Amino acid sequence: MIVSIASGKGGTGKTTVAASLARVWERPLIAVDLDVEEPNLHLFLRPDIEESTAAWLETPVVDESKCTLCGACSELCQFKAISVMGTLLLTFPEMCHGCGGCIALCPEKALSPGQRELGEIGLGRVNGTQFLMGRLRVGEAMSPPFMRQVKSRLRDIVAANGRDAIIDAPPGVSCPAVNAVIDSDVIVLVTEPTPFGLHDFNLAWKAFSPMGKPMGAVVNRAGIGNSEVYRFCEEKGIPLLAEIPFERAIAEAYARGLVIADSSTHLRDIFISMHKKICELNEKSACGETAHA
Amino acid sequence: MSKIAITSEGPAPDDLVDTRFGRAAGFVVVDLESMETRYIDNGQTQVMAQGTGIRAAELMAGAGVSCILTGFVGPKAFQALSAAKIRVVQNLEEGMTVRKAIEQFQGGAVQFADGPNRRPGR
Repeated sequence: MIVSIASGKGGTGKTTVAASLARVWERPLIAVDLDVEEPNLHLFLRPDIEESTAAWLETPVVDESKCTLCGACSELCQFKAISVMGTLLLTFPEMCHGCGGCIALCPEKALSPGQRELGEIGLGRVNGTQFLMGRLRVGEAMSPPFMRQVKSRLRDIVAANGRDAIIDAPPGVSCPAVNAVIDSDVIVLVTEPTPFGLHDFNLAWKAFSPMGKPMGAVVNRAGIGNSEVYRFCEEKGIPLLAEIPFERAIAEAYARGLVIADSSTHLRDIFISMHKKICELNEKSACGETAHA
Repeated sequence: MSKIAITSEGPAPDDLVDTRFGRAAGFVVVDLESMETRYIDNGQTQVMAQGTGIRAAELMAGAGVSCILTGFVGPKAFQALSAAKIRVVQNLEEGMTVRKAIEQFQGGAVQFADGPNRRPGR
């Protein structure tokens, strides 16, 4: 089972939930940080990173002696990463989305594959849990092509050893967030009971529900704000997986880089119960699929 | 130097200069010998997510322009314009009419830029 921890709003507690859930998970697990623009799960789980590899995107390199300035590549490229200007074929590698179309199309074979570094993929371990993370290169604007490479590593690992995976997703509801949750079996949406929390929770629900995956809600900082988030969950039939209380001790543990499930029994119990409900959600949806088949 | 272009909010000489290059509404192209003008709409470039400066530079090269008068030019647009040997006059002020910009150019009260004056993607 792959579980992604997502949210519309940033700072609702995705990493807090992902780290604590990883601690109480019963089956063999790999914890994955797919918030590649600002990964922070490792600050809490503190894995030993055993392997670090660079990830690259294929971008075109021009052989000017072969180029006839026909402009076929320039016309194809939707991102203006390659353009005939005057008597020069210009490339803008940072604009390239790496589709490889120009290289395949060039009638003179004047283009060959070059590389742009996207970021670094780290693989490690903490106790029995495997750990995988991506860190986007500073200045790199495109995270989805990089995330796909991190996910391809994840697929290989899951295929090889049948582990469950917990994915710490990036905030928001745009391409990176969708990329993070699209391969998961269950989506956990972390929110908070405030007008901002509800607004972005609604956006996330709208963005992710067309995927038809089981979703559940975790209300963090329960006790502040109002009851609108709960009403929304009831209305849309989103099961409430857990409430995490608004407590000073949690903020203190977080600030020290601790996993909150380790810091007290009552918090640990919240995540054990959340784990159970996530498994039930997954089983229920699996049964549904069988029934339909 | 027979043809220049001015980034413009509309087709007429009395329309205001659009200070953006890549995302300008359009370009008024002036033939300095006959003083005839024509308008190139830039609407299809404006809606692009990225690469507007490069696309606009392609339009200018296609129109046979040798100099562009505008407000702000980013690094990729500047590189593309330089490759096409199109000179750049930048820092036109907001609120100026296209006519006034042409007059300034003809009066010689302009400086050609030697580099971009805006960060990418703005």
